[in-house]
Amino acid sequence: MQAQEPLTILIAEDSAADRLLLATIVRRQGHEVLTAANGAEALEMFRRQSPHLVLMDAMMPVMDGFEAARQIKALAGETLVPIIFLTSLTESEALARCLEAGGDDFLAKPYNQVILAAKIKAMDRLRRLQATVLQQRDLIARHHDYLLNEQRVAKAVFDKVAHSGCLSAPNIRYLQSPYALFNGDLLLAAYTPAGDMHVLLGDFTGHGLPAAVRAMPLAEVFYGMTAKGYGLAETLREMNAKLKRILPVDMFCCATMLCLSFQRRSVEVWNGGMPDGYLHRIATGERVPLAARHLPLGVLSPQAFDDRTEVQTMAVGDRVFLLSDGVIDTTDADDRLFGVERLQQLFAANREPDNLFAEIEQALHAFRGEPRDDVSMVEISLLEAAHVVPSAPVYSDSGQSCPLDWSVSFEFRGATLRRFNPLPYLLQLLQEVHGLRTQGGAIYSVLTELYSNALEHGVLGLDSSLKRDASGFARYYEQRNERLEALQDGYVCVHLQVKPQGAGGCLVIRVEDSGKGFDVARVMERPLNGVRLSGRGVNLIRQLGHNASWSDEGRSACVEFFWEG
Amino acid sequence: MSVVTEVSPDGQKLTISVKGRFDFGRHQEFRESYERLNQKPDSIVGDLKDATYLDSSALGMLLLLRDHAGGDDSDVRVINSNSDVRKILAISNFDKLFDIS
Repeated sequence: MQAQEPLTILIAEDSAADRLLLATIVRRQGHEVLTAANGAEALEMFRRQSPHLVLMDAMMPVMDGFEAARQIKALAGETLVPIIFLTSLTESEALARCLEAGGDDFLAKPYNQVILAAKIKAMDRLRRLQATVLQQRDLIARHHDYLLNEQRVAKAVFDKVAHSGCLSAPNIRYLQSPYALFNGDLLLAAYTPAGDMHVLLGDFTGHGLPAAVRAMPLAEVFYGMTAKGYGLAETLREMNAKLKRILPVDMFCCATMLCLSFQRRSVEVWNGGMPDGYLHRIATGERVPLAARHLPLGVLSPQAFDDRTEVQTMAVGDRVFLLSDGVIDTTDADDRLFGVERLQQLFAANREPDNLFAEIEQALHAFRGEPRDDVSMVEISLLEAAHVVPSAPVYSDSGQSCPLDWSVSFEFRGATLRRFNPLPYLLQLLQEVHGLRTQGGAIYSVLTELYSNALEHGVLGLDSSLKRDASGFARYYEQRNERLEALQDGYVCVHLQVKPQGAGGCLVIRVEDSGKGFDVARVMERPLNGVRLSGRGVNLIRQLGHNASWSDEGRSACVEFFWEG
Repeated sequence: MSVVTEVSPDGQKLTISVKGRFDFGRHQEFRESYERLNQKPDSIVGDLKDATYLDSSALGMLLLLRDHAGGDDSDVRVINSNSDVRKILAISNFDKLFDIS
């Protein structure tokens, strides 16, 4: 037999002879013995000495064993102090009462030593089991608290990074559980220097802290590159390369990234592995799916990565709706998926666009039987460009070393034009001139338009009249991708000249291209406030800059910006 | 067993069948199914005939399998996927990496 650790055992028995007999037996089995002559004494002894186990006579003067058992159990709380009733009672009702009062077992008088030893042993096993369970429960609770605290800290740090953007902009509505980050969901939004809006909804494989940690580098690339004026393609390439480098093979990030342009009234989309998003055209009620055309971020090597985007035209009030797979992957009790069809039924039934999120949530709740906390949805609507007020960037330099009298010229040729976007560099250069900073958005918009006109209509020879309607608009951007991919020759030159003028100064931007030019007089005849899809670039340049003019049959464009001292 | 493997007599072709939910719970079994082989097969087939569901960690496991089999030089086919599973594979554009039928 396995040696048993000695226990402290309390014997409560009013008969002195029985008490002595029992004490002798128990002591001989190797245990410490405490004795009490009634329930009240037993209770007092229990309070002072905390025995491991109690042998309790049922019938005792002053306080009987039933009451003493109840009180001892209450005192012991969660710790198991086994109580074995000693009883000459035989009817089943009396025996049941012993157990109801909190007894764990009973032993019939007269005592059988072998059975007593066996019962003490069995009760000791139970006692230890209970102690282990409690200890492990407390350990789990401590770890849980620790984990929650880690999540709180991680969330606080992450919120600073992730929400440095413009999620609170008036045209964005979103729904995300506060701890969506720990489900791997990520939602980012920021204005570009030109006043466009970049939005990313991402979904990392995995859960918990590992998923949250991976979101950090992605958010930093997103905000850093958006603020500097990089477009979707360059930002996505960088994010993919970074994730490919740092993630294990089986980890990736499904993502949809958008560039919503209020000026051009269009949305540029890249979807890698996310469920279809939808462009909701309010005028027709049509919902254009924004389907996944690409593998998720972090799967392909930088060389194999495909940064091709699609462009759709939008009207003021149109909405783009994005969602995470938590919506369509919700399963019911029989493992059936909620699926895209049910989502589309909700779209069709929706009368009040602002209630859509709530209706989807309700439907998921009803389908699954309980709410989910890993559902992310975001809806971005197109506002009038004039209503968009991007927050001004904050600069920290003193302004003492501001360059005021200089000029610079660049010539970007075929192979460079194919992949490289020079605009962020040009903008950074111009931001060194303090007087121009308040007009940074306008300058960037104008530079962007001048550059894309030179590239698309000049070098690539694309016909802007293609953009007359929505399908032509999409076709235009397809052609742009194809021709750019095949581009060998041609150039775009950018000349920047900064001159002091009184207390202020003047910036002259001149952009030239190798294309065929265009009929300047005809384009300039158009009214400035037209709402056509094509030719908006030229209007924008004339509205935002000064003295906009075209020469060399449209191959050379010149715009000026002024600032006061 | 929810992950069953079968090697062709010549040892050149490994077939891995996944039954039921293909999710993180299958991670260990799935990895072992190809890592324990002494001889690296020329081609691998993932048979999803009896797979009812696939989550993103299953997609991750397929990427691991592809990586193990030689990455871009691997020959990994995914066959018999049901319509739910096929939708998930399509959304992720995994047909760009795997031969899916």
